Amino acid sequence: MNRDDFPLLADRPGLHYLDSAASSQKPAAVLDAMRTFYETSYANPHRGAYELAVAATDRYHAARETVARFVGVADPACLLFTRGTTESLNLVAATWGRMSVAAGDEVVVTRLEHHANFVPWQLLAADRGARFRIAEMTDDGRLDLDSLDAVLGPRTRLVAVTHVSNALGSITPLADVVSRVRRLAPAAAIVVDGAQAVPHLTVDFDALDVDFYAFSGHKMLGPTGIGVLIGRRAMLEAMPPYQTGGDMIELVGDERTTWNVLPHKFEAGTPNVGDAVGLAAAVDYLSAVGMQEVRWHERALTELASERLAAIPGVRVYGPPADERSGVVSFSLADVHPHDLATILDQDGVCIRAGQHCAQPLLRRLGVGATARASFYIYNDAADVEALVQGVLKAQALFVGVGH
Amino acid sequence: MSATELILTHYRRPHNRGTLDAPDGVATRVNPLCGESLTVGVRLTNGRVDEIRFDGESCSVGRASASMMTDLVRGLDASAIAALTARVRALVAGDPAAAADPALGELRALSAIARTPARAPCALLAWEALADAMAAAVLAARVADGLP
Repeated sequence: MNRDDFPLLADRPGLHYLDSAASSQKPAAVLDAMRTFYETSYANPHRGAYELAVAATDRYHAARETVARFVGVADPACLLFTRGTTESLNLVAATWGRMSVAAGDEVVVTRLEHHANFVPWQLLAADRGARFRIAEMTDDGRLDLDSLDAVLGPRTRLVAVTHVSNALGSITPLADVVSRVRRLAPAAAIVVDGAQAVPHLTVDFDALDVDFYAFSGHKMLGPTGIGVLIGRRAMLEAMPPYQTGGDMIELVGDERTTWNVLPHKFEAGTPNVGDAVGLAAAVDYLSAVGMQEVRWHERALTELASERLAAIPGVRVYGPPADERSGVVSFSLADVHPHDLATILDQDGVCIRAGQHCAQPLLRRLGVGATARASFYIYNDAADVEALVQGVLKAQALFVGVGH
Repeated sequence: MSATELILTHYRRPHNRGTLDAPDGVATRVNPLCGESLTVGVRLTNGRVDEIRFDGESCSVGRASASMMTDLVRGLDASAIAALTARVRALVAGDPAAAADPALGELRALSAIARTPARAPCALLAWEALADAMAAAVLAARVADGLP
């Protein structure tokens, strides 16, 4: 619906980019905002007393406020800029996790997690002598809420859960999950991986009643190298710093050092202001389109692609029905390895992901070595779905034989 | 037969696929990016490959490379296999001399892989498993001979 706004896509009319769950393309508005910022307002924020440094500082603060408004955070100081979701989650594990998880405690994750929201907690549990527990997945790729209830308890100190599965697109019923955790595991903090949610759904952090929420800029039309961690103020203030250095200190004595206020305490070193400006421009772009519109558009494409693919003999589509799924179609084709399928599709300009999608625990549960994954965003349309379907038929004819 | 047809022929009807009874060495290699997994088992006579089987889940490139490999390495010892593997690495990296090397036989059909570097690990997976299997077999033979 907005293909012409994206220079890379506008330059390649034959390209069918169906890998936005891995990373999104960038609209000119984002690229222009970053270029203009570097050309007109760039200096090191928070440092200089001169007018240019003040301008850069203002842009950095404004970017934080823009992103905070977009995800329903009333207190922008509780929104930290990081390198991305992976760093955000590792930050929580290294600070809150080391401070709060003790021997005998329990750390809970789900079967649907990306490795970035699985391995840090597995490592933390091993490091602290805590028990690592996994809430299982149903056959159709949803979080098994009975299994979740069964692994929650008074010793649970942390529950890490994805808002949307990157491998299947399954949308977690977060309100239900939160109420179960609060009831059955009152001592637990809730950490949410929102990398696949914020680009595609309306997210209101303050209404979610979770403790930490992480996402990445590059999957939501923004630049690579910037992401976000949102936390509750009281918890962020109680946590030790993640990295130390410039910007994050208050007083550095010969013996000891005190920390700057939020958010600076967690943003050591020169801030990534150029990418923050780009992320704010991406948020403005998405806000202008409207997140409800984004959701409807993707849902229509997801339903269309699921129906068309499922009608091909030998195709199996994984995950829940399209109304419980974001813009992801994970599937397999009998007798054709997903890698081969991806190569055949690439010959016709159709870009999909093939493999384990950084979710080996989930694929083990599905019982498949790999899947093919097509994922949609606002610049995709029905012609992309058609190219995908034709490519799958072509691969089937080549590998299996026509009308076998 | 075109390169693609040759790869597909080996994909549909792979040679020496299965599990070897009483192997001297067996090893599995996985490609964590795409989830491929190949197991190679060998039986040696005087340090040379006498019997070889492979099994596992892989794409056409991985399976064809494994199938062709089992045809090529019979009668070779560990150092000859290492030398051949180096030629296969050169082939999938786009070395034109390797692509024209008759010693590589049908494997030359894989030379086009160099244009899609992401697929090169698929072509090399069986060879890496074979190297591990040979090392295990050679070590087992040394232990059996009472050597340190």
